[in-house]
Amino acid sequence: MAPKLAVWKFASCDGCQLTLLDCEDELLTLAGEVEIAHFLEASSAVTEGPYDVSLVEGSISTPADAERIKEVRRISRRLVTIGACATAGGIQALRNFADVEEYRSVVYARPEYVATLAESTPISAHVPVDFELRGCPIDRGQLLEVLSAYLAGRRPGIPNHPVCFECKMRGNVCVMVAHGTPCLGPVTHTGCGAICPAYGRGCYGCFGPSARPNTGSLKTWLGDIGLARPEMDRMFATFNVTAFTEVPDDPPA
Amino acid sequence: MTHRHERTLNIGALARVEGEGAMQVRVAGDRVEEILLNIYEPPRFFEAFLRGRAYTEPPDITSRICGICPVAYQMSACRAVESACGVAVDGPLGDLRRLMYCGEWISSHALHIYLLHAPDFLGYPSAVEMARAYRPLVERGLELKKTGNAIIELLGGRAIHPVNVRVGGFHRVPTPRELRGLVPGLRRALEDALATVRWVAGFDFPDLTFDHEFLALTGEEYPLERGTPRTTTGAAFEVADFEDEVAEYQVPHSTALHSRLVHGGRYLTGPLARFALNRDRLSPLAHEAAADAGLGHECRNPFQSIVVRAVEIVHAVEEALRVIASYEPPPPYVPVRARAGRGHGATEAPRGLLYHRYDLDGEGLLTSARIVPPTSQNQAAIEEDLRRLVQDRLDLDDAALTSACERTIRSYDPCISCAAHFLDLKVVRS
Repeated sequence: MAPKLAVWKFASCDGCQLTLLDCEDELLTLAGEVEIAHFLEASSAVTEGPYDVSLVEGSISTPADAERIKEVRRISRRLVTIGACATAGGIQALRNFADVEEYRSVVYARPEYVATLAESTPISAHVPVDFELRGCPIDRGQLLEVLSAYLAGRRPGIPNHPVCFECKMRGNVCVMVAHGTPCLGPVTHTGCGAICPAYGRGCYGCFGPSARPNTGSLKTWLGDIGLARPEMDRMFATFNVTAFTEVPDDPPA
Repeated sequence: MTHRHERTLNIGALARVEGEGAMQVRVAGDRVEEILLNIYEPPRFFEAFLRGRAYTEPPDITSRICGICPVAYQMSACRAVESACGVAVDGPLGDLRRLMYCGEWISSHALHIYLLHAPDFLGYPSAVEMARAYRPLVERGLELKKTGNAIIELLGGRAIHPVNVRVGGFHRVPTPRELRGLVPGLRRALEDALATVRWVAGFDFPDLTFDHEFLALTGEEYPLERGTPRTTTGAAFEVADFEDEVAEYQVPHSTALHSRLVHGGRYLTGPLARFALNRDRLSPLAHEAAADAGLGHECRNPFQSIVVRAVEIVHAVEEALRVIASYEPPPPYVPVRARAGRGHGATEAPRGLLYHRYDLDGEGLLTSARIVPPTSQNQAAIEEDLRRLVQDRLDLDDAALTSACERTIRSYDPCISCAAHFLDLKVVRS
């Protein structure tokens, strides 16, 4: 019997699950290898669990979702989180550093109608996760690699070095050295293909921290090319704000 | 003769829509008492955390509201910031923006037509199931979607949350040679788009006519990245007056705010509205395809929106080819210096008018933000259409009625992630 694939959504923009539908050349082949058993964005037919692989998009930000993710874990053999919301809480985790009551009253005239938690947290803060796929959004090639790996019963081959490696391999000129453009490439997890430097802008960290990031050193560099502290803080406070906040400024041991 | 029995129909988690929502219908006897489009997608508070961010950041940040139409968010955000700073980005840079937007229309409309909506007409739960019987058709849809994405990938770096858009223009503009590389795919897409119009025009459409007002941008061209808001009753207003003309209000059953026209009432934005207000500005082949498909001056059956979307793909492909043919690379961006003030931006997302408003302080930091996405504007109209649909079909059993409601909702291509939050359909009959 074909393995059962499920896709789940929590607080998110839908972009990471859309990445699956953006595999235009592979989608129908994939559908021949797995049973797409639960994927509401793509199908109104739902097969009951348990599921062999669950892809989970989005962060936990409401009391109901904090319960729902436990049920998803219970019926999933492998649970893979996809994207910055699921792996780090997403940009909506900016509330973790603010007063959520004040946020609620800014957006909604009747805040009492809206249920929310004070913090937006990654899936791993609630249930055990088998693999985390980074990115805002995730990379199509990396998604196919993770699915192929689980279908073949091996570990996904996803490197965790910084974007700089990919950037050099792509043959880009270093935007920070050559042009003084602030870039988070030295501390950001690889996977996007170093798109931003290829388009002449600095990396803005949408894949979150790489393994052993030396953010302290990078901050010194950013200061040296004239970046003021508030601007530097904003650079790290976007789609992976919680993950970058947890990185100490001391050099990695 | 009264059967004063109560019926409640619940649809939990609507499928083939973007985001999370539900619907509840309450029927007492022979009267629909209440229809609630329950958008329960968790709030993410973009308007709150945008405060204190730099004026250069809204394009990257607001694109994360929606993975299906990130280009729309980037375009409305840029226009709003630029208007606050007194800069207009038109000419060749405006054309490049329109080209990128064409990519998003092609991709998003092909997604909706082939993967989300067509399975309803052919009786399948998904495009993957549909592909078992109609593989070449589904492949044509995927190919169209890919062609749209190829435009966004070239101009934006990637299809979802593109990285190359900045306030003032782009970080880097393509070479003419790079753009010409898109032409063979677009020529094939033009044939495929015309075939799509012929295909969907032959579907069997349920009978439902609504009387909402339409709201869309209008101007010299069929509206994408710019235009002046206008309604079918003739009233036009400046983008800067949007918040005086459109009132947002909150309902208990939705995390998306509803909208109504201050001088009208509920209204609809999106493909049907654009078509009704701009039909004569369609590209030549799109105009002809619309006529051949039997679309009159306007279309007021929500199920037929699939035909209008197909016509808009034809337009977007032709427009893309036109921009590429006359392309000469401009400087990548116009410098935009921050200044204190308020700016407004409105563009036509695939699902309808998307409005952004920002206030900047003298340092170029945002002090407030307002974003009005198309799906939240359409909620009241969708609820009204469901009310009429259910009222006319009370003799149907719960399963048939629920399925009819789901199909109706799907025909609007609601983007619940945009609106704030998705659908659990409930029908309560008493």
